[in-house]
Amino acid sequence: MIRFALKSLAGRKLRTVLTALAIVLGVAMMSGAYVLTDTIDKAFDSIFVDSYAGTDAVVTGKDPGFSFEGESAQAPPIPEETLVRVREIDGVEIATGSVQDFQTKLLRPDGEPIDTGGAPSFAFGIETAPEYDRFNPLNLVEGRWPSGGSEVVVDEGVAGDENLQLGDRIGVAALGPAQEFTIVGIAKYGDLSSIGGATFAIFDVPTAQKLLDKEGRLDAVTAAAADDTTPEQLTQRIQSELGGDVTVQTGVEQANEESSEIATFTTIIRYFLLSFAGIALFVGAFVIFNTLSITVAQRMREFATLRTLGASRRQVLRSVILEALVIGLGASIVGLFSGLGLAVGLNELFKALNLDLPQTQTVFATRTIVVSLLVGTLVTLVAGLFPAIRATRVPPIAAVREGATLPRGRFARFTPYIAGVVIALAVLALGYGTLADDIATGDRFALLGVGVLALFIGVAMLSSRLVRPLAVGVSPIGHWLTVVVMILIWPLGTLPYWLLRHGAFGPGGALGRVGALVLGAALNPLLALIVLVMWGRSAVTKWQPEWPMEFPGVLPSTRINRIGRENARRNPGRTAATAAALMIGIALVTFISVLANGLRVSNSDAIERQIQSDLIITSQDGYSEFPAAVGDAAAGADGVETASNVRQDIAQIEGDGANLTGLDDRVAEVYDFRWEEGSDELLTQLGSDGALLPGNVAEDRDLAVGDSFTVRSTDNESKDFVVRGIYEGSPFYPLLGTASVSREAFDELYERPRNRFTLLNAADGGEAARTSVESALEGFPDTRVQTREEWIDKEDQEIQQFLLLLYVLLALSVIISLFGMVNTLALSVFERTRELGMLRAVGMTQRQTRRMVRHESVITALIGAALGLPLGIFLAVLVTSALGQYDLRFALPLDQLIVLAVVSVVAGLLAAITPARRAARLNPLEALQYE
Amino acid sequence: MENGNASAVVIANDITRRYGEGDTAVDALRGVTLEIAEGKLTAVMGPSGSGKSTLMHILAGLDKPTSGSVSISGTEITTLKDSDLTKLRRRHIGFVFQFFNLLPMLTAEENVLLPLSIAGVKIDEKWFDDLIDKVGLGDRLTHRPAELSGGQQQRVAIARALVSRPTVLFADEPTGNLDSATGSEILTLMRDSVDAYGQTTVMVTHEARAAAIADRILFLADGEIVRDLPRAEPHEVLATMEELAAR
Repeated sequence: MIRFALKSLAGRKLRTVLTALAIVLGVAMMSGAYVLTDTIDKAFDSIFVDSYAGTDAVVTGKDPGFSFEGESAQAPPIPEETLVRVREIDGVEIATGSVQDFQTKLLRPDGEPIDTGGAPSFAFGIETAPEYDRFNPLNLVEGRWPSGGSEVVVDEGVAGDENLQLGDRIGVAALGPAQEFTIVGIAKYGDLSSIGGATFAIFDVPTAQKLLDKEGRLDAVTAAAADDTTPEQLTQRIQSELGGDVTVQTGVEQANEESSEIATFTTIIRYFLLSFAGIALFVGAFVIFNTLSITVAQRMREFATLRTLGASRRQVLRSVILEALVIGLGASIVGLFSGLGLAVGLNELFKALNLDLPQTQTVFATRTIVVSLLVGTLVTLVAGLFPAIRATRVPPIAAVREGATLPRGRFARFTPYIAGVVIALAVLALGYGTLADDIATGDRFALLGVGVLALFIGVAMLSSRLVRPLAVGVSPIGHWLTVVVMILIWPLGTLPYWLLRHGAFGPGGALGRVGALVLGAALNPLLALIVLVMWGRSAVTKWQPEWPMEFPGVLPSTRINRIGRENARRNPGRTAATAAALMIGIALVTFISVLANGLRVSNSDAIERQIQSDLIITSQDGYSEFPAAVGDAAAGADGVETASNVRQDIAQIEGDGANLTGLDDRVAEVYDFRWEEGSDELLTQLGSDGALLPGNVAEDRDLAVGDSFTVRSTDNESKDFVVRGIYEGSPFYPLLGTASVSREAFDELYERPRNRFTLLNAADGGEAARTSVESALEGFPDTRVQTREEWIDKEDQEIQQFLLLLYVLLALSVIISLFGMVNTLALSVFERTRELGMLRAVGMTQRQTRRMVRHESVITALIGAALGLPLGIFLAVLVTSALGQYDLRFALPLDQLIVLAVVSVVAGLLAAITPARRAARLNPLEALQYE
Repeated sequence: MENGNASAVVIANDITRRYGEGDTAVDALRGVTLEIAEGKLTAVMGPSGSGKSTLMHILAGLDKPTSGSVSISGTEITTLKDSDLTKLRRRHIGFVFQFFNLLPMLTAEENVLLPLSIAGVKIDEKWFDDLIDKVGLGDRLTHRPAELSGGQQQRVAIARALVSRPTVLFADEPTGNLDSATGSEILTLMRDSVDAYGQTTVMVTHEARAAAIADRILFLADGEIVRDLPRAEPHEVLATMEELAAR
C-alpha cells in the first residue's frame, strides 16, 4: 500500500506540474509581451528625451499633416537662411541647424548594404563645435567628429557588428551613387550602444546636404533660450518672427510628438503578442478544466468519505477551488518571472525575422506583475469552477459503492442545445464583425475575438457528442499516419536508439556491441549523447536501464489499435475536452495558412495581371522608394529597350491621404492598363495636368473624366489635375497609386522624387540585359533587378516569413494542449491500472500495451485536427468573403493541411511516450490485488 | 504424492518469497514444493496472509520467487524475460479474477475473444460455439459488461480464460464477489470444465464450499503447505481449517 501511495503521489506530482505548466506558458507570454514592449518604449523615450535635452525650441518645415497606409508625410526641409534669422532673434542664446535622413545605407566592403532589419538607417549632418554640444545627443566613444567632405562617424553598434576601425573606408549610399568616406570616429546615442538594428552615419552639415540633395536647406533648426527666456516664450517669438511657413515647437513638445508616434507602433506589437498570450491562456483553461474534471471523478470516493464524515457541499467546493487557486497562483508567479526570459526570446525571434528593436534596461512594471498574476489566477479559477461544482454533487453513498459514477449535472441534458445557441451566437457575432461596415476597428476586433472564443467553446461543448463517431472515422487514418511517421523516424530515431542501447547495455560479444554503438552514433549522434548520459547514470547510481529492449518495429496491430480506439471512445467528455484544446491551435494555424495561401495566390495573380516587363527594379525590401537616378542609370545599360520609371510618394488628394504615381509616357509597354475610358495613347498626352484613375477610386471619390481634383505633395506644393482616363484597377495589390500623373508633373510637385519601380524591357527578353543593368546599378546598392517571377517568389517568401512568426507564436498553444493530452492519458492509465494488469495477464506484451495507449493518443489528436481543420477553414472563408472587395482569393493549401494532420499525429505520438511507458511497465499483479 | 499417477504440468520446487528488506522483511512463502496434476482441479486454501495469493502469482509467472524454481509444461519460468513470459501466458495460462476484470467498452463476445485477439490467433469457431454453450452465454454475446449481472460477467471471464485452451487455468477467489447462489453456479461451471475438457485448474479460495469441488486441497499457513487433502466435503474442509487455526 505504501508503494501504491508513493506511486500515486509521483503521478500527482507530474500531473500538478503539467497542469500548472498550461498556465505558466500563457502567463509567461503575457508578462513577456509587457516586459518587451515596455522596454522598447523606455528605450525610445530615452532616445527622444536625450535628443532634445538641451533644446528649448525646434524649427522644422511645416508638417504636411497627412498620412497614407501607415506612412506619414515628413516635413519638408527649410531654407538655410532660417538659421541665420533664428540666431538674430532676441532671447536665443545659441542655435544650430541639422539635416537628417533615414534611408542612407552603409555598405559592406562587398558593396552590399548593411541590413537594418526594417529599422531606419540614419544620416545626420550636425554642427559639432563644442558650443553646440548641448544639442548633440550623440557621444563619441573614440576618435573625433567629422569635418570636410570625406569623413564620417558611425555608431558603436554597427562598428562592432561589422568590425569597423578608425581609419577604415566605408561606402555610403543615399540618393546618388555610393561614395566612400573615412571613419574618423565612433559614437553612441546617449547611453545606448545600439538602437535596434538602426545604423547611423554622422557628417558635417555641408557634406550631408550634398549627399542628401539638400544644398542650402536644413531639416531642423534647434535653439536654446537665454537665461531670462522660457522655452514657451522663445517658441512664440521665433514663430512670430518666421511666420506660418514653419512649425516651431519646444524641445519637450517635439520629443513627445516623436515618442508618441513610436508608442503607437509598440502598442500594436504589445496587443499582437498579448493576443497570442490570450490564446495560450484559453487553451490552458481547457487543460485545467479537463484535468480537474478527471481528478474529481477519480477522487469521488475521497469526496464521498469527506461527506460521510460531515463535510458540507460548500466545504468540498472550497477544497477543490483552493486546489485550483494554489495551482493558478503558483503557475502565475512562475509564469510572471519566466516572462522576463521569454521577453529575451521574443526579441531574438523578432531579430531572426529581421525586426530588430532597441533595448535598454529591462522594464518590469507593476502593471505587468498585477495583470499577469490576476489574469493567470482568474483563468485557472474559472476553469476549475465547473469541476468543483461537480465534486459537490458526489453523494456520500459513493464512499461504499464499488464503481459508482458521478451524477450527471442538472443541465447536462441541455448541453447540446446550449452548445447550439453558443455556436449560433458566435457565428452571428463573426458575421456581423466581418461583414458590417459601420463599426469602429476596435469594436470589430473585439466582436471577432469574442465570436471566435464562443465558437471554440460551443464546438468544444458539442464535441463530446462527436467523439464516438469521429474516433471510429479517424482510427484508420491514425493507424496509417502512425505507420508513416514511424517509418520516417525509424532509420534516424528508433533504430539508432535501439542500436545504441544494445551497444551500451545489451548482451553479446564486444565486436557486435561496438558495431552497434558506432552505427547508432553515426545515424543519430544526439541519441548517442543521451545514451551516454544513461550509461553514466547507470554507472554512478543504482538506476539500471531496461534491457532487453524490443527491436523497433513500425507496423501497428489493428487488433490492439481497436482496443485503443475503444479506450478513446469510452469517456467521450474527457476525450472531447482534451481534443478541443488541440483543436484551438489547429484551427488557428489552419485559418492563417489558408488565408496566407489566398494572399499568395491573389498577390501573384495581381502582379502577373499588371506587370508586362521583362525585368523589374525595386529597392532591396521591395516596397521602399529608391532614388530616381537609378532609372536613368538603368536606361543607359546595354540591351535595354524600354526603361519606364514609376515614381511614387504619398500625397493629399482633395484633402485625403493618398498615393500619387508619376508615369513615363512609354509605361503602356510594361504595364497592362485595361482601359475603362481612354487608351494607351493617352499616356503621351497627360501633360502637366492630366491624371489617370483606377476605376474603383473613380467610383469611391465620385470622379469622372473631365472632373478636376487638387493634389498636395509632402513638400506642400499644390496643383490641380483633370481626370483624362480611367483604367480597371487591381483591387488586391495595386502597383500604381490612387492617382497617376505624368512623370514631369510629379517631379514638379516633389523636390526629391523617388521611384517605386523601374520596369525594363530588353531586346532578348531579359537574361543578357540583366547583367549589364546590374553592373550599371553597382553604385546603387539598395536596388534589386529581377524578373517578374523572381519578384513574386520574393513576395511569397516574405509572406512565408511572417507566417513563420505566427506559427512559432501559435506553437505555444499547441504545446500547452500537448500537456493536456499527456495529463489525460496519464490519468487514464492510472485509472485503468487493474484493467491494464488484466490485459498483461491474458497475454498483452509491453509493446502492445504501449501501442494501445499510443493509438488512443493519436486518435485524440486526430479528433482535435478533425474539429480544428474545418473550423479554421470556416474562419478563413468568412474573412475571405469579408475582404471580397479587395479581390482576396480563397485557395486551400492542401499540402499544408495534410502536413497539419501529420503534425497532430506526431503530437499524439509525443504525448503518449510517457503514459505509454508507464502503462507498459505496470505489473500484471496489480490486476489481482484488491484495494 | 496422492496424485502421482497423473503427470504434473506445474512444478514448484522449494520456492520462497520475501517482501522488503532487513528488519521489516516479510516472508510470504517459506519453501513450498508442489506439483499440479494434469486434468485436475486443485484448490489452495488458507487464511488471509497465509501466502496463497503469492503462491498463485508465482505459479502463474506474474511474480518471481526470491528463491526456488517453477516450471510450466516443462519450461522453467523464473528466469524468463518479460516478452517470453507473456508468450508463455498466451499459450499456457488462463486467468479468472475475483472482480471479473472485463473491458467495459467491449461486448461479451469481444471480451471472450480478447486473448486470441491480442495473441493474433485465429478463432476455432466450433470450439468457441461449444464454449459459449457450456458457459451459457448464447443470448448475451452482444451485451456489454455493464448490462450483465455479476454471475454473467464471471461466466464471460471464465469463457475468456478457456478460449485459448490453456495448459492451466488460475482462478483467484472466483466466487469472492458473488452471492452464494450465483457463486455455486460458477463453481459448478468450473467443475464441469475440468470434467468435460480435462482443464487443469488451480483455484485460490478461502471458502470451504468452493474448495469442496476440488480434486485436491492444499492448505497454506504462514507461507508453508501444512495440509494436503484429497477431495473433501465442505464440513471436512471447515474442520481442517479450524484445526489449523487452533494450532
